[in-house]
Amino acid sequence: MKHEWPLWEIFIRGQHGMSHRHVGSLHAPDAEMAIKNARDVYTRRNEGVSIWVVQAADITASSPSDKGPLYEPSESKVYRHPTFFDIPEDVGHM
Amino acid sequence: MTKDDALFQFLLRMGDNTLILGHRVSEWCGHSPVLEEDIALANTALDMIGQTQLWLGLAGEVEGNGRSADDLAFLRDAWDFRNVLLTELPNGDFGQTLMRQFLFDAFQSVMLNWLQDSSNTRIAEIAEKASKEVSYHLERSGDTVIGLGDGTEESHAKMQAALDYLWPYVGEMFDGDAVDAVLAKEGIAPDPAELRPEFDAIVGAVLAEATLTVPDSPFVHKGGRDGRMHTEHLGHLLTQMQWLQRAYPGATW
Amino acid sequence: MYAQMVKTAGTGVKSRAEMSAEEARFQDRIDDDQKIEPKDWMPEDYRATLIRQIGQHAHSEIVGQLPEGNWITRAPTLERKAILLAKVQDEAGHGLYLYSAAETLGVSRDELTEMLLDGRMKYSSIFNYPTLNWADIGAVGWLVDGAAIMNQVPLQRTSYGPYSRAMIRICKEESFHQRQGYDIMMKMAQGTDAQKKMAQDALNRFWYPSLMMFGPSDKDSVHSAQSMAWKIKINTNDELRQKFVDQTVPQAEYLGLTVPDEGLCWNAEKGGYDFSQPDWSEFFAVLKGGGPCNRERMNDRIKAWEDGAWVRDGLLAHGRKKQAAKHAAE
Repeated sequence: MKHEWPLWEIFIRGQHGMSHRHVGSLHAPDAEMAIKNARDVYTRRNEGVSIWVVQAADITASSPSDKGPLYEPSESKVYRHPTFFDIPEDVGHM
Repeated sequence: MTKDDALFQFLLRMGDNTLILGHRVSEWCGHSPVLEEDIALANTALDMIGQTQLWLGLAGEVEGNGRSADDLAFLRDAWDFRNVLLTELPNGDFGQTLMRQFLFDAFQSVMLNWLQDSSNTRIAEIAEKASKEVSYHLERSGDTVIGLGDGTEESHAKMQAALDYLWPYVGEMFDGDAVDAVLAKEGIAPDPAELRPEFDAIVGAVLAEATLTVPDSPFVHKGGRDGRMHTEHLGHLLTQMQWLQRAYPGATW
Repeated sequence: MYAQMVKTAGTGVKSRAEMSAEEARFQDRIDDDQKIEPKDWMPEDYRATLIRQIGQHAHSEIVGQLPEGNWITRAPTLERKAILLAKVQDEAGHGLYLYSAAETLGVSRDELTEMLLDGRMKYSSIFNYPTLNWADIGAVGWLVDGAAIMNQVPLQRTSYGPYSRAMIRICKEESFHQRQGYDIMMKMAQGTDAQKKMAQDALNRFWYPSLMMFGPSDKDSVHSAQSMAWKIKINTNDELRQKFVDQTVPQAEYLGLTVPDEGLCWNAEKGGYDFSQPDWSEFFAVLKGGGPCNRERMNDRIKAWEDGAWVRDGLLAHGRKKQAAKHAAE
């Protein structure tokens, strides 16, 4: 079982009648807590704002516009690219 | 006891509760289980510090000796503090902190609800502002108590232990005295015993959903709201909080 | 600067002739000031370097909560307590934004946290110095945030979209941090003799560690050359350090404080100050774990992480139960 709280994308509509706008992401154990965390992290509790939360894994994104045959195909999930990293030994003496 | 004496005592109770609990919650900053909780707890502490400035500021005005909210916070000794014992207890683990917060938030939300209709308009104004903040605190601490109570076996056990430890400190919040009687008569503040049924309803619903059991123990710790006998913990908290003001009297910061 | 000495993956800047067609196209987009977004093709070395840099930056924000948090319970007035708490809370928020930016590169926050806790990733050397008197809180805001801002403002234009957006948000929120620090310093410098002594003591201890924040000279570094070609580093360390000194010395003079550098003098020809370099052997020792507070800082983070495990697991288990109940009801 994976223990990390899921990642949520946060969309907020301010008081000016504009559309919901992506403001960032955060982790939360469920949707209700994601909304509360969004209030605490991204609005500092301004009242009268509307918050949408969407689990990042549920977002399907379009492919980059200038993608040509030279570009490798990407996965359909925005936030889960093939994990790459390799921290070399010499980072130790940074 | 004159009305103003009673009013001063009452305002100290309100301000000291938020001062001491806000201080406790601020101790978590940088040490919480997850970043989102760290940020949320800091918001709660910030709200409580802000409320303290209002309550103690008004207390100083009512007293009429020219003491500011800072003077009252930083230059009184333990016996002059009027917070309930619940607020000065050490944080313990995260579960104990959240359980303490929930029990206090439930009390505070009912209290502020009443105070919004206080015959004293200054109190009613502060209560109205604070009430908005506290209803969010209650929602958040209540949900966290539910989540941890009804989470894993381990989190359930820790939350039950926190409740068992804290429950004996609940009764003091509703233990009225002569101060309350004077103010209740004037319609300024409630007899706290009156607030108990609503508190029990809020707490009962949350604890049921959290699958937690209220301990069957009639014992009640008291001595904070009348200053008769605080816990040993308060002195240590004040030693830290008041240190600079005490060590360098008269300095401006 | 919160990301010091980030080594780039790969072997250095490639010439156009050495680049593959993809790489050339990627470099064209960067040269054209286009933003790179998570789904766009990028060299694996670019991705790996960014993960290191953003991760180190995020860790610095989180560890950076500790030295200032050390004074929250001792702040001398209610207002100072609220301001300091709000500021340290902002650092947590900045860490969160940066971790989110790193997560778009395919690494999770928990993975990054584990790499911090087991020593595979680093954080800025500055946070291994102690905060010993109240003026240190002023000095941290004035000097440490001042140095950080110097680096972060240009990074708003960095080539990686999510990183750039995080920096824009951070810079917006950070604007009050340096000012509140300087405000504390002004009060202390104009205060009692004891307060003046605290202010000078804080400057004495934080001056050189602040200069170290920019990292050693990198004018000949292949890593920096590559990072600058990728626009994930905008200025050299020496440029930023010079700018910082030029900005800070008059501020110290205004406070009536003495910068602890006998070699400091105005050089009219270059239009900036000449100043002494910090002790770079101390810098490398601190990075290796030999600073005054390395162990305390890591112990605090490890304790928070380990003690918090049951909380994270408990809330997640409840979330899953709720989700299951919702599905069952549908």
